[in-house]
Amino acid sequence: MKPEELLYAETHEWVHVDNSSGDKIATVGISSFAVEQLTDLVFMELPESGTTVSAGSEFGEVESVKAVSPLYSPVDGEVVSVNSSLPDNLEILNEDPYEKGWIIKVKLSGEESLTKLLDFAAYQKQCSENG
Amino acid sequence: MTTTIDSLKTPLFDWHVQAAGRMVDFAGWSMPVQYTSIIEEHLATRTSIGMFDVSHMGRFLFRNVAALDFLDRLTTRRVAGMELGKIRYSLMMNGSGGILDDILVYHLEHLDGTPFVYMVVNASNREKILNWLKQNGDLDEWGFSDQTCQTAMIAVQGPKALDVVAKIVSPPPAELKYYTGRTTELFSAEAIVSRTGYTGEDGCELIVPAGKAEQIWLSITELAEPLGGRAAGLGARDTLRLEAAMPLYGHELTEQTNPLQVDIGFAINLKDREFIGRDAIVAAKADATLPVRVGLELDGKRAAREHCGIYVGDQVVGEVTSGTFSPTFQKPIAMGFVSPSVAKPGKSMEIDIRGKRIAAKVVKLPFYSRTY
Repeated sequence: MKPEELLYAETHEWVHVDNSSGDKIATVGISSFAVEQLTDLVFMELPESGTTVSAGSEFGEVESVKAVSPLYSPVDGEVVSVNSSLPDNLEILNEDPYEKGWIIKVKLSGEESLTKLLDFAAYQKQCSENG
Repeated sequence: MTTTIDSLKTPLFDWHVQAAGRMVDFAGWSMPVQYTSIIEEHLATRTSIGMFDVSHMGRFLFRNVAALDFLDRLTTRRVAGMELGKIRYSLMMNGSGGILDDILVYHLEHLDGTPFVYMVVNASNREKILNWLKQNGDLDEWGFSDQTCQTAMIAVQGPKALDVVAKIVSPPPAELKYYTGRTTELFSAEAIVSRTGYTGEDGCELIVPAGKAEQIWLSITELAEPLGGRAAGLGARDTLRLEAAMPLYGHELTEQTNPLQVDIGFAINLKDREFIGRDAIVAAKADATLPVRVGLELDGKRAAREHCGIYVGDQVVGEVTSGTFSPTFQKPIAMGFVSPSVAKPGKSMEIDIRGKRIAAKVVKLPFYSRTY
């Protein structure tokens, strides 16, 4: 996935929505900017499939040598798939945060939260201002 | 990752910014927490050289060496009668038995042969200790001056540190014994070089005039980089000292902690001397229930952090004071205080990390000791 085509939460998660299977499925990851800011990742905790998530709520956490950072869901829905190989291979987040580094897939229960997300340009602007 | 406008800046601030250091406010100073990666900076220090700007530490000069007798009444360790060239690590305590700071006291002589006393205190405690000294004596009598802003302090640490520093400092710092120091001429100015540090590695620390700091830093960087050395930030300084089980003020050392709990007997001399806090140490000796400092190794990868509860079964037995993922051992380590009844190496316990119980066991400190 190209970063330019994704939507972003202010908390640095990215979202890609796919309609092709009938259900709307959102793939969620964290941006390369976030990975770079975190550095030295050592641990990641992910939810189980079937967990209900809502926009703005914590669905997991990622830990670096220095600190723990919560992962916030950018969307409302049910987790239908989890990238379970990621916690043992956190370097994937550095190498390929937008493809192999996806974190969860969520079957959307509504689309309202999508309207609150930033497009690439707006997200870039946020990063350069607050980086 | 922002720095408040009124943060103090060390003489190396511009260098840090140019080197893409992530500047954070630390005890009122804008300091680099890391440049590229805490793990890389940590491992460079363990295998080669780490260079640390520690200019934020408070530096006090006493021109009258009788200050040693004055300070002796305020330090847990004897500093009166210290030989020239010696440096001592000690604690300062308040009257109720808490720790005000951990400090270094130096007895050195200037290049012209005039002796002086020097003291290095934690950045976060500089004002407090300054006031404590004023409360307990007449600073003018001791020829006191706060040198923090007119000097810089550079720690060069790691197995190759002394070799590199020897290229610009004469006589070579390897001739100094551990915890001794001297003055030397460095780029036409007087500097203090000492065989001290806070990483568990061999190495030295330089105290230099602020105006020479960048020149000295650059020349060491140039020598260190080809050997795998690099600048390291406060993040790596913290993981390094934690592996070496060195206590940190605000964590293992606080105004609520008695020195006896910290297991640093070498920094306490009770015999034939009086100092503020002595009675509290003597009283603590008779109290078998006071929590004591231990090292902990955790299962899994999740690090315990300060204030995590430590449990045996349903019972809270203590609290974590420092914890991280150890870059050297590739597993989480922590220090904390627990009841003496469970403080034995090998004892299994659990640590509550954000609501989850993680298995841990008590291990002997330090986690890391250098082998050279």
